[in-house]
Amino acid sequence: MADTSLDKGAGGAPPAPTRREVYEAGVRKRANRIALISTASVVLALVVLIPLAPGWEDVKRAFFNGRVFAATFPGLLEAFLLNVMIFAWSAPLIALTGLAIALCRDTRSPALFPLKLFGIAYTDIFRGLPVVLVIYIIGFGIPGLGLPRPWNSPYIWGTLALVLVYSAYVAEVIRSGIDSIHQSQRSAAASLGLSERDTMRYVVLPQAIRNVVPANMNLFIALQKDVALLSFIGPVEIFRQAGVYKSLYANFTPYVGAALIFLALTIPATRYADYLMNKQNLARR
Amino acid sequence: MSVKLSLSGVRKSFGANEVCRGIDLDVAEGEMVCLIGASGSGKSTLLRCMNLLEPIDDGTIHLDGVDISEPGLDPQPVRQKIGIVFQSYNLFPHMTATENVMLAPRRVRGLSRDALRPRVTELFTRFGLKERMEHYPDQLSGGQQQRVAIIRALAMEPEIMLFDEITSALDPELVGEVLDVLRDLHRQGMTMVLATHEMGFARELADKVCFLDAGRILEQGPPDTLFTAPQEERTKAFLARVI
Ligand SMILES: Nc1ncnc2c1ncn2[C@@H]1O[C@H](COP(=O)(O)OP(=O)(O)O)[C@@H](O)[C@H]1O
Ligand SMILES: [Mg+2]
Repeated sequence: MADTSLDKGAGGAPPAPTRREVYEAGVRKRANRIALISTASVVLALVVLIPLAPGWEDVKRAFFNGRVFAATFPGLLEAFLLNVMIFAWSAPLIALTGLAIALCRDTRSPALFPLKLFGIAYTDIFRGLPVVLVIYIIGFGIPGLGLPRPWNSPYIWGTLALVLVYSAYVAEVIRSGIDSIHQSQRSAAASLGLSERDTMRYVVLPQAIRNVVPANMNLFIALQKDVALLSFIGPVEIFRQAGVYKSLYANFTPYVGAALIFLALTIPATRYADYLMNKQNLARR
Repeated sequence: MSVKLSLSGVRKSFGANEVCRGIDLDVAEGEMVCLIGASGSGKSTLLRCMNLLEPIDDGTIHLDGVDISEPGLDPQPVRQKIGIVFQSYNLFPHMTATENVMLAPRRVRGLSRDALRPRVTELFTRFGLKERMEHYPDQLSGGQQQRVAIIRALAMEPEIMLFDEITSALDPELVGEVLDVLRDLHRQGMTMVLATHEMGFARELADKVCFLDAGRILEQGPPDTLFTAPQEERTKAFLARVI
């Protein structure tokens, strides 16, 4: 592509399209037209058919009530701030713990074998449990010991539960990143006399972590959603707030509002992670 | 001239595959030794054994008369004295050329960036890369990357340099610039061991050429003798194929 524009665009005028470009433009145009027509017909069918369902009026009243939506949406947004806060302090803790566990699992020195064993047990256990179960066990279990304030706070133990579970996943992702760094990089570092520790810190980890940014982003998007599970042990975040509104108005619209708020955040984030992932795959080719 | 590096009876296996089958080799101070031989004959492995990247199974390696092949010996001080450059450069892709070069002197020898700057700049200048110091490896041509890799090894001020087919991955027009660097080093009196397919170069500069065949040094000698009057049939066959 670069050379055609070089030899044809020399005079500053746009180069005339090549035969191939004309052909490809035609193909593209046809593909776009087909995609547009098929999408439009599906949407049309949905819009026409769904309201024909016998229960549609009830569903509309229960889930898509404009008045309830307007009344509850600001409150939901405010409650969502709590989700954001819990996320904001959990995420760095998870990243650090995940890194530490990954390094534990990767140690080769026999003296540190117990650490390695710990790392393996940790990732096996916390990846093997449903998040909500860990939240229940820790969130109800530990404050049940009758600890004094502030040590009975559901925020602390809820956060701990999230950190435990998510750092196990992050650790596995980081470890796969470490494994993906070619042995020749370690050889090069060793041949310069670098210690194993420095090799890990300056050569392997920076590359490994960069490689797994997209995968970790997907984990943190999942975390943002799972913060809502803390509502089971107390904090009135958006999901719980939506529940409160639901009872108040005897209407499900607040849940739809909450869903929209989540999507407004997670869809762009997911798109961005995909974009990073694609970029990386392209660069690797 | 005194013997700098001395291998005797070196053996190395990967599983059942015996790759070095009793190698005896002396490298004198300031000497350039070239290892030639077919692919798979064990050249890379032998080089990697020399700076302890691969532990040897049997035999001894002496550096300045000291046995460095003792099992359990800390390899790091040895590796500082014996630099190696690989066929595939193996630069650290997330660091600029300068950072690549400075990492080991900073971490291993505890020198600061400022203390290193003059010498590193001088090395880059000497090898024609002064303009490329802040570039990342993927912004450099193969020949430039390979020269950075050489500078990176030299920055540790090694006493011996090992080169493993460092021009094999390069486009033909880039080979010359890297060979020039080797000529320069040889002139400066660096002790070097090269695995190479550049027969012309070996013939021009080597003090000693060793023909490796299936993990043994089948024949060794000054290039004039080895290239013009090889004794062994297998050496003759190999040379007939590559020249
Ligand atoms: N790390 C390794 N593990 C297993 N086998 C190896 C390894 N490195 C080299 N070999 C084997 O050793 C033999 C010699 O390889 P090498 O030293 O690379 O030869 P050369 O550099 O002369 O081509 C080959 O058969 C190769 O498969
Ligand atoms: Mg080789």
